[in-house]
Amino acid sequence: MNGTQTDVMNPVVSARGLRKAYKGKLALNGTDFDIPVGRIMGLIGPNGAGKTTALKAILGLIPFEGELKVLGKDPRTQRDELMNDVCFIADVAVLPRWIKVKEAIEFVAGVHPRFDAAKCRRFLQGTQLTDNLRVREMSKGMIVQLHLALVMAIDAKLLVLDEPTLGLDILYRKQFYQRLLEDYFDEEKTILVTTHQVEEIEHILTDVMFIRDGKIVLNAPMDEVGERYVEVLVDAGKLDAARALKPIDERALPFGKTVMLFDGVDAGQLAQLGETRNPGLADLFVATMKGTYA
Amino acid sequence: MNTSAQVMTMDEERPRAARPAPHATHKFKLLLKREFWEHKGGFLWAPIWAGGISLVLTLMALIVGEVAARRAVASGKMSLDGDVNINGLDLSSITMQMDNSDLNKLAGGIDISTVMSSVWPLIVLAFVVFFYCLGSLYDERKDRSVLFWKSLPVSDRDTVLSKAASALLVAPAIAIGVAILCMFGFLLLVSAFVLLHNGNPIELVWGPGNPLQLAGSMLAAIPVYALWALPTVGWLLLCSAWSKSKPFLWAIMLPVFAGIFISWFDIMNVFNLESGWFWQNIVARGLLSAVPGTWFDVVDINNAHITSSEAARQIESIHQLLSLKTTYSVLLTPQLWIGALAGAVMIYAAIRLRRWRDEG
Repeated sequence: MNGTQTDVMNPVVSARGLRKAYKGKLALNGTDFDIPVGRIMGLIGPNGAGKTTALKAILGLIPFEGELKVLGKDPRTQRDELMNDVCFIADVAVLPRWIKVKEAIEFVAGVHPRFDAAKCRRFLQGTQLTDNLRVREMSKGMIVQLHLALVMAIDAKLLVLDEPTLGLDILYRKQFYQRLLEDYFDEEKTILVTTHQVEEIEHILTDVMFIRDGKIVLNAPMDEVGERYVEVLVDAGKLDAARALKPIDERALPFGKTVMLFDGVDAGQLAQLGETRNPGLADLFVATMKGTYA
Repeated sequence: MNTSAQVMTMDEERPRAARPAPHATHKFKLLLKREFWEHKGGFLWAPIWAGGISLVLTLMALIVGEVAARRAVASGKMSLDGDVNINGLDLSSITMQMDNSDLNKLAGGIDISTVMSSVWPLIVLAFVVFFYCLGSLYDERKDRSVLFWKSLPVSDRDTVLSKAASALLVAPAIAIGVAILCMFGFLLLVSAFVLLHNGNPIELVWGPGNPLQLAGSMLAAIPVYALWALPTVGWLLLCSAWSKSKPFLWAIMLPVFAGIFISWFDIMNVFNLESGWFWQNIVARGLLSAVPGTWFDVVDINNAHITSSEAARQIESIHQLLSLKTTYSVLLTPQLWIGALAGAVMIYAAIRLRRWRDEG
């Protein structure tokens, strides 16, 4: 068996029974998951569900209990080696405020064996970022542009993005994900991303994980999600028949219509109840997380 | 570097056609450069400004003195050829009139003034190093840029060590460089003044003075400074890595309150020591050792034979005080090495703290 195959078969991230408590409250509670190579995985959950904690565990930023392998290494003990192949943007605008564009490029080029300075400069072409501009003189959107250019010029195997576009306007947000897809992602790279703006990333994700109270409640490829979940605009007369099929969510629309969400019910059967469609990730998320803040 | 070698072997095991080969890195050099970029104001410009201002003040003093003297002469209050007093306005004959001990005094006087002229950049250095260390691991957490630094393959060990090296070697080297320039600037000013009064600056200033020797002994003191300042730098880095807010207060208050507590209850009596011992060897060493020259307290100057009545000896002592022998005698004291060890331990603790501190 050659190396490349092992790579594909071994998940990039493999977590078993992660536990992490903050002041008595469990942020991760026996969390299990695998992230395969070459995927764009969305980690989605309500506030305080443990998203950021999970990412920090993967990045070796915090101590935790349980078994976790990232690219075959334990982030707790082998972080320094791991960071050659893992990169992350945690939070928006964390670039040091004093640094100049050219200094940032020189620094990363000098410490990262897989950083391509020429590539980074290419990404910065057509932006307003000039060599001597300091981060403190940039708008939030420009800081993110610079950070993304730096990170995309690194040939990392795993890229972790934690709310990378929080607080940006829609133009910067669109541009961010567009670039990531066009200029960075390929089948050997893996991207793990969390965000609250579910609608904006659902079309770029290949996989999705829902996390709730420190546990993974859904982990599936997007194709599978499309097959499993069906939303039906149920006709007024067929409500009881529809309810008999145990929808996981139900909400009323004006004019007497009701929308129901089904998990794993035969599509043909559902078509008789009314108009069917694939639910958005946001609807699915809301249905799954019902009662979280109750 | 160790880590990149390991990455290479790993890649040999799993060949990736599309992946370009990793290029060489110069992590520590870049880390030092990074500190310099961020703290250029403190490391470079602050000593330059301090030295520049002291030179300007010297120049102004010379001018004021000159003007005052001319006025005095004009109004006849000052005699031109007094036997004892300095022949203020005609210096050409001074060296001829001086005997050997006068020449010695002149030499000592010039050297003392030269050293004094270089003192400002070094005073500034003490403040720069203090506040640099106090902020270095705290500010990056406060503005969350630590999340950026940690996203790069640079270990916490190297990062913290680069900050310690900046405080202990880079900043002092720059400040001492500026101080030496100040010394020469001062001597040039004095030479110009001497020339103005028909004196020969080679005979009066550069001959009797020993600027090169002074510069050499200042450069040679850098390693002593680094070792001596280690406990302060270690303590401040530790506070910087540890405190959730107000590292300055913690860094000052903990040792000072410990000192007050110990003085209050005379705890040191248990070890047959005075409370002063604690203040001198713990509090002062932890907070003030970054001030250049604080090691003079422990140097071996017995051979200097300072007696206040002998002025010549006193001037001689400046040479002895700054001589390599005296400076390096610090290297033979337990105070230096125990302090350095304590500093190293605190730096190690700071590295561990940076590694595991969770920034919410």
